[in-house]
Amino acid sequence: MEDTALQIRGLNVAYGDQQVLRDITVDIPARQITAIIGPSGCGKTTLLRSLCRMAELVEGVRVWGQVIFDGKDIYAPQTEVTEVRKRIGLLAQRPFPLPMSIYDNVAYGPRLYGIRQRAVLDEIVERQLRAAGLWDEVKDRLHAPASALSIGQQQRLCLARGLAVEPEVLLCDEVTSALDPLSAQRIESRLLELKANYTIVMVTHVLRQARRMADYVLFLYLGELVEYGPAGEVFNNPRQARTRAYLAGEFY
Amino acid sequence: MWALTLLVALLVPFMALALLERARPLFDIAPPGRLLLASEWRPLKQEFGFLPFIAGTLWVTLIAMLLATPLSLLCAIYLAEYAPRRLRELVKPPIDLLAGIPSVVYGLWGVLTIVPFIREVVAPWAREALGFLPLMRSDNPTGYSVLAGGIVLGVMVFPVIISTAEEVIRAVPNGLREAALALGATRWQMVKGVVLRRALSGVIAAVVLGFSRAFGETMAVMMVVGNVPQLPRSIFDAGYPLSALIANNYGEMMSIPLYDSALMAAALILLIVVVVFTALARIALIQAIRRAA
Ligand SMILES: Nc1ncnc2c1ncn2[C@@H]1O[C@H](COP(=O)(O)OP(=O)(O)O)[C@@H](O)[C@H]1O
Ligand SMILES: [Mg+2]
Repeated sequence: MEDTALQIRGLNVAYGDQQVLRDITVDIPARQITAIIGPSGCGKTTLLRSLCRMAELVEGVRVWGQVIFDGKDIYAPQTEVTEVRKRIGLLAQRPFPLPMSIYDNVAYGPRLYGIRQRAVLDEIVERQLRAAGLWDEVKDRLHAPASALSIGQQQRLCLARGLAVEPEVLLCDEVTSALDPLSAQRIESRLLELKANYTIVMVTHVLRQARRMADYVLFLYLGELVEYGPAGEVFNNPRQARTRAYLAGEFY
Repeated sequence: MWALTLLVALLVPFMALALLERARPLFDIAPPGRLLLASEWRPLKQEFGFLPFIAGTLWVTLIAMLLATPLSLLCAIYLAEYAPRRLRELVKPPIDLLAGIPSVVYGLWGVLTIVPFIREVVAPWAREALGFLPLMRSDNPTGYSVLAGGIVLGVMVFPVIISTAEEVIRAVPNGLREAALALGATRWQMVKGVVLRRALSGVIAAVVLGFSRAFGETMAVMMVVGNVPQLPRSIFDAGYPLSALIANNYGEMMSIPLYDSALMAAALILLIVVVVFTALARIALIQAIRRAA
């Protein structure tokens, strides 16, 4: 197998008394698209958010186990949470543009890390808006409020904003589910391009999307990892009966 | 329901008209503009300058807002963004309760603690240490001062600003907070750059709402400001706010010609300012909460 970006080791998450992830152990390959599939409520979002230390923002949540990134456990006590979140980006299901201009949205992250020179920021903003496939639509109104964009454009803006802090891993949680088909397709093709430089983990409950995009597939059911492997194998020759049933559309 | 709402909505204009009607005789001897800026208050000589009372109101209100705004905003931010839910649920009800305490109780508390504290501690200290500053000169030995009024009023305004601002801040959707955190922002960077930015107009409205309560508040202030119709030159000087003028004199000196007209004019000024501020704050608040959610 190629080099590994994230080694998930015995990861568990519980909301109060309800344990929603059980003992997940899996390696996420670098610069590939790994799709997490499974019926709704099986823990896909929780798994994704626990890979960038966002799961812990919910009150009363407990996370235990290890996620090893760049040789270090992101849950180790000495780990800087902000550093983890900078290097492992998360794109949410619904776009949330920050209450500022399009330009400032993309520049928000770089500014957090102390980049102040206008020329450098200009360059980052243009490059990331291009990478997200939004530049041509907004280049004449960079200083307009981001909230004025359509929802599909907002989602691409959020992608550009996430890319601007130069993460190594991109976590995408059903990022096309709120979008019209055309916008969804734009995001998909962007992600396929970005895979050359980024490790991408995406949650989807649209199986066709997983088939189109994924190199690896991880099937999650009731908080347990049921099956994991190269996309071709999982889709064409699932080993587990539950995977077969899910792929056959016997439950959602 | 509909008719009742209309009736309530019409109450304020009716009140304003009635006050205007009764204040009119005063406006016959001098135009309102001149009355507002004149500083002599000698009812027996038919001189009715409102400036000392307007100044008294402004002094007390400004001191109250200077004290209450930063503290209560910090509290609101802490409660909305940092405090665990348990603590917030524990602290909110008493804060809302504070807003409901009758103002005479605050006034009494002011007389018993704030006024002596200013008289015995703050004023003597200021005389030594700050006497050279223009607004700090202290030659009023009583402690009854615009500072006392401002402190008591500030404490009264505190819960109003906290609970409104806290609500506005909490109306900011979580997705926005998470968007900032996911980029590696610290919590404070997130609060400052994203949450407060989004909630800004609502937070301002909360302050203005507090301001409009402070502006018209009567009882508590009247008990501690000294009620001397002069232009205060220092925070230790006594003052005489508009509301205190009305409350102290209505029904007392009505035999003096035009006196009741003057009190009506004072009430009219107060009513207009409070209504305008409250309306602006309410409109801004509704929009801010709608925009945030
Ligand atoms: N903030 C939360 N508080 C409590 N329970 C939650 C929370 N978020 C998710 N859950 C529960 O955890 C389980 C997994 O949720 P989630 O990870 O969102 O699943 P998926 O993304 O696969 O639909 C569900 O049973 C859900 O009810
Ligand atoms: Mg989900």
